[in-house]
Parts: sequence; structure tokens; C-alpha cells
Amino acid sequence: MIDALQNYLAGILIIIGALFTLVAAIGLLRLPDLYTRMHAASKAGTVGSGLMLVALAVYTDDLSITTRAIAAIVFFLLTAPISAHLLAKAAYAAGYRLWDKSVCDEMSTDDTDGTASDERQQSL
Amino acid sequence: MTGENFLMAAQSIALALLSISFLLTVVRVIIGPTLLDRALALDMLVATAIGFIAVIGIRTGFTLYLDIAIALGLVGFLATVAFARFVMSRRYQKEFVEEDKRGFFRERAP
Repeated sequence: MIDALQNYLAGILIIIGALFTLVAAIGLLRLPDLYTRMHAASKAGTVGSGLMLVALAVYTDDLSITTRAIAAIVFFLLTAPISAHLLAKAAYAAGYRLWDKSVCDEMSTDDTDGTASDERQQSL
Repeated sequence: MTGENFLMAAQSIALALLSISFLLTVVRVIIGPTLLDRALALDMLVATAIGFIAVIGIRTGFTLYLDIAIALGLVGFLATVAFARFVMSRRYQKEFVEEDKRGFFRERAP
């Protein structure tokens, strides 16, 4: 009984995780500029591999494997936002343009955008 | 349908989907257009490889690969951090931003 439950749960989790990874890859290919691509890759990609590691933790009977899988998930959840943030900050500092149709650039120093960037500059 | 049959089918579907996403990410690595897009796509390749390792671990029972997945995640994170430091360096400005002919970067005040 519990074996069957483990099998069904692990199967559902790996399919959902693979779908999230596929969505992340399609987003990486289709979105218009680096910042939006980063949005797809860092969030959907992390959820995809994280769900597949959850499936491994559910499927295995060995407690040490479960612990290691959970440790790996925590590690990815901690590092993925940091690396995406660093890459985006470096890209902005190097002067990578936003997409033409981007709505808001709160870090911009020139005053094309209005009051929001002003307030942000003052608060910094 | 028993649980084992369902799990085998799910593994096959997941491996197929992961292969497709791996290929799409490799397309992004090839077409670029800038170095940063390639670095982001390589980061995504690491995430996909971790998913592959998890599915292979379920399929074959070689859960030793999980340690490799943790190490791979660490290496990918450190590579991205080092890459971000490089992008902020003066050398990147000189070699990539100032040579940029296709308008990916803003002109900056001298």
C-alpha cells in the first residue's frame, strides 16, 4: 500500500518537475531580453529540479538519501536567487539594455521615468 | 495500472521532457546573443542536469549520484558568481561593451 503510494507520488512529482523545466527552457528561448529570461530560468528552473529531488526523497526508503535530497533542495533554493541577482546586477552595471517595451526601470538615473526613480535615488 | 508501471511511464515521460528542455537551452547557448545570455543558459543547463540526476536516481537506484548533484549545484553557483564578477570588470567593458555593434548595451557618458 505505502509502496504504491510512494510510486504514484514520485511519478506525479517527476512529471510536474519536468514540465516546469520545459517551461523554463521555453521561456529562456522565447523571452525578449536577458532580465526576462533570467526570470524564467531562475524561478521555473529551480522549481523543476527541486520537485524532481522531492520525488527522489519520497521514492527512496533510505533515510540518509532523503536527508541529502532535502539538503540539496535547500541549497538550490538558497543559491539560485543569489546567482540570478548577481548576474542581473552585473548586467545592469555593464549597461545591458532593457527590452524596448519594458515598463519600469527603477534603477535608472536619468529622469525619463518620473518620480519613482527620484524617490529611490534619494532613499539610496 | 499498478504503481510500478505508472512510475516507469512517468520516468520515460520526464526523461523525454528533460531532453527537450536540454536541447532548447543548448539552442540559447548557441544563438547567444551576448556572453551574459550564454552564462544564464549554462546555469539553466546545470539545473536541468540536476533534474536528470534525480530521475536517473529513481530509475536505476544509483542514489550515489545525488552527491554529484549537490557538487554540480555548488560548481554552477560559483561559476555564475565568478562570471558576474568578470562582467563587472574593466576588461569586460573594454572587450565586449565598447566593441558592441548591435546595440545591446547603452552608451555611457565618458
